[in-house]
Amino acid sequence: MVSARDEINFNSDHFALFGLTPAFRIDPLSLDKRFREIQARVHPDRFAHATESERRVSLQWATRVNEAYQTLKNPLARAQYLLDLAGKNIDKENNTSMPPEFLMEQMEWREAVAEARRAHEYGELEQLHHRVKQRMNKRYEQLAESIDDHHDYAMAADRVRRLMFLEKLLAEIDDGMAALEA
Amino acid sequence: MALLHIAEPGESAAPHQHKLAVGIDLGTTNSLVATVRSGLSVVLSDDLGRPLLPSVVRYHEDGGVDVGYEAQAEQARDPRNTIVSVKRFMGRGVRDIAHRESLPYDFEDVPGMVRLRTVAGVKSPVEVSAEILRALRQRAEHSLGGELVGAVITVPAYFDDAQRQATKDAAKLAGLSVLRLLNEPTAAAIAYGLDNGAEGIYAVYDLGGGTFDISILKLSRGVFEVMSTGGDSALGGDDFDQRIFCWILEAARLKPLSAEDARLLLTCAREAKEYLTNHGIAPINALLNSGERVDLKLTTEVFTEITRTLVAKTIKPVRKALRDAGLSVSEVKGVVMVGGATRMPQIQHAVGEFFNQEPLNNLDPDKVVALGAATQANLLAGNRGAGDDWLLLDVIPLSLGLETMGGLVEKLIPRNATIPVARAQEFTTFRDGQTAMALHVVQGERELVSDCRSLARFELRGIPPMVAGAARIRVTFQVDADGLLAVTAREQTSGVEASITVKPSYGLSDDEIANMLKDSMAHSKDDAVRRALKETQVEAQRLIEAVQSALKSDRDLLTDEQYALIETAVTRLQTAALGDDRRQISQAMNDLEAETRTFAAQRMDKTISKAMAGRRIEDLAGDETGSEKTGEHA
Repeated sequence: MVSARDEINFNSDHFALFGLTPAFRIDPLSLDKRFREIQARVHPDRFAHATESERRVSLQWATRVNEAYQTLKNPLARAQYLLDLAGKNIDKENNTSMPPEFLMEQMEWREAVAEARRAHEYGELEQLHHRVKQRMNKRYEQLAESIDDHHDYAMAADRVRRLMFLEKLLAEIDDGMAALEA
Repeated sequence: MALLHIAEPGESAAPHQHKLAVGIDLGTTNSLVATVRSGLSVVLSDDLGRPLLPSVVRYHEDGGVDVGYEAQAEQARDPRNTIVSVKRFMGRGVRDIAHRESLPYDFEDVPGMVRLRTVAGVKSPVEVSAEILRALRQRAEHSLGGELVGAVITVPAYFDDAQRQATKDAAKLAGLSVLRLLNEPTAAAIAYGLDNGAEGIYAVYDLGGGTFDISILKLSRGVFEVMSTGGDSALGGDDFDQRIFCWILEAARLKPLSAEDARLLLTCAREAKEYLTNHGIAPINALLNSGERVDLKLTTEVFTEITRTLVAKTIKPVRKALRDAGLSVSEVKGVVMVGGATRMPQIQHAVGEFFNQEPLNNLDPDKVVALGAATQANLLAGNRGAGDDWLLLDVIPLSLGLETMGGLVEKLIPRNATIPVARAQEFTTFRDGQTAMALHVVQGERELVSDCRSLARFELRGIPPMVAGAARIRVTFQVDADGLLAVTAREQTSGVEASITVKPSYGLSDDEIANMLKDSMAHSKDDAVRRALKETQVEAQRLIEAVQSALKSDRDLLTDEQYALIETAVTRLQTAALGDDRRQISQAMNDLEAETRTFAAQRMDKTISKAMAGRRIEDLAGDETGSEKTGEHA
C-alpha cells in the first residue's frame, strides 16, 4: 500500500515533509507530532557515533527539519510561506501601499507604548500587549479565510503586511516590559 | 517512561559491545564524572571514595601539576599558582573578569582570552581546564578498565560561543573525544525527567559556583524540548562568598590583605555560607599571616540582607525566560533545583515565592548534571537498550549576528532558536573591483556592536573584481547540536568560495591548540606518540564498525560496484590500523569517509522515507483522533 508513494521528492515543500496539506489552518498537534517523529530519526544525537559523512548529512537534515517546523508553527511565517508557494510576492520592504488610516492607528499605538514606557507603567504595557494580541488573533482568522476559503492571495498579502506591523509592535511592547524589569 | 519507539539501523549494541562513555560536569567549584553501569547512571568516585573533584589546579616549578583536593589544600599557601574557579575565565578577556583586583593571580593582559602567569609558565584557562578533564578521564579509565569512546561535557546553557569553544578545546587537549556539549540545565532535566516520568512544563533553576542558568523545558513522552533559556554566566555561589568576604573585611576592619590572607578569608567565607544552610548563625575565626585575628559571627538575617541583590539578579532572567517561552508562572508544573548554591535557604525561598510552589530538591544538586550527562553519553555512544529513545531539542542562548554599517548589529539567528539551525544573508561590495571583505561576528541582544560580545573577525578574500554592488556574497551561519557556530561564505554570481581567515576574539587559534597539545604531551607521563597512535586506532575501529553496521542494514542501496569500493576501503583501513603508521591510518580513514559520502545521504533519505511512510500507515489504520485528514498530500 505504501510502495505506490515511496518516491518522495526530498526537496519538496515544508508541508509535504510533515505530510500536511498546504493550508493556513493546520492541526498544530499533528505538526508537533510529525516534527518529533522525523527529528527523532535525523537528529545529530542519533549519529554521534556514526561516520563523519553521516554526521554531516544528519546536521543538514536536522537543520532543514527545524526550519520547516518553525516556518509552519509560526502563523505569520506560515502565511508568508504559503504566499511564496503561490508565487505571490509580499514585498516586505515597501509599505507605501498601506492605507493612511492604518498607519495613523499604528502611530497611535506606538505613542501609547512610548508613553507607558516613559511613565514606567508596567501594567499599561501588559494591557497593550493583551490588546495587540487580541487584534492579531482576529486578523489571523481573517487571513485564514483569505487563504484557505477564498484563495484570495492579494487580500492575504495585504493582511500579512498588516500583521507584520502588529508583530513589530508586539516586540516593541515586550522590549519595553523587559526594560522596565531591569 | 513510555518513549518514542523508533528502531534505528545498527543501534542496539550487544552487551559485549558496550562502549565506555562518560558524562562530565566541568564545574566552577567542583567537577564530576559519571557513567551508566547496568542501566543505572552513577558518579565515579576517586580511590578514597570521594565523588567530587575540586576544580582546582596547582602548578609546580618543575612542570608538575596537582588537581583536586591536593591542590585545594595548598591554595592559601600558594595562591598565585593554584587556580580555582578557572571556568570563570574560559573564553573571557581580562577586562571581563569581575573582582579581578581581589584575585591572587598574575593575569597577563593580552588581547583575546586572558592568560595566567604561573611558576610553570603562562597558562591559558583552556589548559587549566584540560588538567581537570584529564584527571577525570584518568579516573574514569581506571575505574571502567578501558579507553573511553567519548564524553558528553556539560556547559552552562548561557555560555556563549567563545566559552563553548574553549570548553571543547580543553577536552581536545585532555585527549577526550567530545560526543556532545550539553547544557547543564538540560542534563539535569534528563536525569530528573527520566527518573520521575515527568510530563509538562518544567523550569530548571541552576545556580552553580560561578554561573547561573534558567531553562524552561517542555517534557512530553520521550521528548525534552527547551523552550527558552536565560541566565548570567558570571553569577554564582562564588559571588555569595565574595559578599561575605567583603562583610568580614568591613566588620573586622582589616587592612589591605596579602594574596594568602585573601584566599584564607575567601575559604572562611565559603565555609560560613555552607554552615548557614543548616544553622542560623555561623562563627568565622581566622588567624591571618599579618598577625590579625578575625573572630566574627554571621547570622542568616545578615547573610540574606547582604546577598539580596544577588538573589534578585537571578529572578530577572527567570522572568525573561518565561516571557520568551510565552508562558506564565502558573503554567510551570515544577521547578527543579540544580547546583550546590541552591542549597542556600534564601534561594529556596525566593524561587518558591516566585513560582508559587515548593521547588523540587529530590536529586542531589551537586550530582544531577553529571548523572544526566552520563545518560546522554550512553545514548550517544550507541549503547541503547529497548525503550532508551528520547529526543533532546535544545536552543542557543544568545542571538548571533554580523556588524553592519554604523556599528549596528544585523541579527541572523535569534536567541532561543532550536538547534541545529542555519541562516544565510547576502552581502555585496561597495567599491568597484573590491576583492576582499571583512565580517565581524557578534553575539548578544543589543543593537550596538559595542554592547555585544565579539566572537570572531573574518576576512573574505578572492572575490572576483566587479562593479560595486554586483557581487553577491552569501554568508551562512550554521549552529550545530553543540551550540557552536560555523560561518561560510560564497560569491554567488561566480560560485567562488571565498577563502576565510578567522580570528577568534576570545578563542584560541588552531596553531595555539596544536602547540599546547605538544606541550602537554611533553609534560605528561603518557608516552605521547603511543597515546596518539592508540587514539587514531580507536577512531579507525569506530569508523570501521560504523561503516560495517551501515553496510549490514542498507546493502540494498548500493550497486555491486559501489559496495565493492567501500569494502575495499574498509579492508585497506583494517590493514592500516594494524600497523603503527599514524599518518597512513588517517589517510585510509579519509579515503573511507570519502567513499561513503553518497551512501550516507542515501541512508538518510531512506530513513526519512520510512518516517513518512509510517505516517500514512497510521492514517490508513484510522487510529488517530480523526480531527482532520491531512495525511494525503498533493
